[in-house]
Amino acid sequence: MNKLEVDKLDAWFGETRAVKSISLAVPPCSVTAIIGPSGCGKSTFVRCLNRMHELTPSARSEGRVLLDGEDVYAVDPVYLRRRVGMVFQRPNVFPTMSISDNVLSGLRLNRVRADYEAILERTLTQTALWDEVKDRLEGSAVGLSGGQQQRLCIARALAVEPEVLLMDEPASALDPIATAKIEELIDELKQQYTIVIVTHNMQQAIRISDYTAFFYLGELVEHGATEQVFTRPAKRETEDYVTGKFG
Amino acid sequence: MMSMSTAARRYAIPRTVGSHKARQVVNGFMTAVCGAAVALALVPLLSLLWLVVSKGAHALSLAFFTQLPAPVGETGGGVGNAIVGTLYMVGLASLIGLPLGVGAGVFLAERGDGKLGAAIRFTAEVLAGVPSIVIGLVAYGLIVVPMRHFSALAGAVALAILMIPTLARATEEMIRLVPRSLREASLALGVPGWRTSVSVVLRTALGGLINAALLAIARAAGETAPLLFTALNNQYWNVKPLQPTASLTVQIYNYAISPYAEWHEKAWGAALCLLLLIGLLSLIAKVAVRNRVTT
Repeated sequence: MNKLEVDKLDAWFGETRAVKSISLAVPPCSVTAIIGPSGCGKSTFVRCLNRMHELTPSARSEGRVLLDGEDVYAVDPVYLRRRVGMVFQRPNVFPTMSISDNVLSGLRLNRVRADYEAILERTLTQTALWDEVKDRLEGSAVGLSGGQQQRLCIARALAVEPEVLLMDEPASALDPIATAKIEELIDELKQQYTIVIVTHNMQQAIRISDYTAFFYLGELVEHGATEQVFTRPAKRETEDYVTGKFG
Repeated sequence: MMSMSTAARRYAIPRTVGSHKARQVVNGFMTAVCGAAVALALVPLLSLLWLVVSKGAHALSLAFFTQLPAPVGETGGGVGNAIVGTLYMVGLASLIGLPLGVGAGVFLAERGDGKLGAAIRFTAEVLAGVPSIVIGLVAYGLIVVPMRHFSALAGAVALAILMIPTLARATEEMIRLVPRSLREASLALGVPGWRTSVSVVLRTALGGLINAALLAIARAAGETAPLLFTALNNQYWNVKPLQPTASLTVQIYNYAISPYAEWHEKAWGAALCLLLLIGLLSLIAKVAVRNRVTT
């Protein structure tokens, strides 16, 4: 069974229809890359999957999103978001919290009792941050570099043990070395998690994803195995985009 | 061909005006103008401070801080009861005004985009512009008249009403300064909205909130008009909420309009005392904020 199933999803900002009747299935423990030119509805689409979209004033959506066969619009968004985590384009660490408090914030703020020490070490090791920060876990998170902050945000998302991880261009604000670390991490995470990643970087999509969906002007143009989408695209627009003729 | 491309480049990237030398001169001139503006703004401020310190310093003594006012003709005495009265009434006013003001600010920032928010914001702006003596009259009508008694409570209510509108607007501004991305980060972790507001947004805005609260408290501590016919004055110690209470500002007012040179001196001393009190309060809060943020 598919982990996520999206059925005729529409999303609006006021009168603007940003996502147009998109249907898409995401198998468990896989990486699905969403590519497409700026403003094609990629971010809006993933933000519908954990119901962050509806937090924007004047935003609304229609259609169905099923998580393990259950309609996400029928459950409390607070519980949904614990199962569907999110990493944003720009690192957004909590500036008033220490590194360890940032990682554990999802658990602490939800009053979840757990073995904090173990979770801290596990998530920071997963994100290849442990060796870099283990001596200053109580120090401010703002002192970290951009790439470290982004990995901290991933660790923070992993600490609440979601089933799906949505990543909205997580490496677009990072340098190539930090990007490589994040990509390695995604490759490891897919053993356990279902990942949907928005990216502007087609090379990145080829490197890390199993499936690729090409969005254009709010519509899903093509969706398939990454190799097929990039080497034998079925649609003309896809071919033009992946070969760099526009976008 | 070559000349065309350089011409095109001239259009594309406008050259900065004037030579390097000319720009240095303009830069120096503008820096001097800004410096002069700062100096000009500091002159009244520093001269006021110097006046209060130089005229009030020799009135200060241990007795001045701890004793009751002496009657006319007697030397000695102090403003101990007025210090206690000011602290007491400002404390009481903060108890009423801080939760209401901060609460209103939180509401405005989180839910204030509609018509109700606009109405509250407009009311707060109007209320902030109301002369403080009018607010004193409101407290007089609201509390003194029905209770048939001047009281510390009436003074505190007047001060609280004075604090609320500016505090609400300042709180709103501080909360709106917290990046949206932090709120989203918290919500995306499955943290409920209200806890996100309290534990992430308010906590991030805390430094600014404490500053806003301090400004409001300092402003309340320096007010005379709202206390004149609410708390009135008292020659003796009082910490009962329903009794008339002395305050530094009213004491300064009374001493200053008196014909006695000795009392004028005491007015300066009390003024310095008030300055020290507010300075001390700010210092304590600043240190508290710094410790909060770094740990």
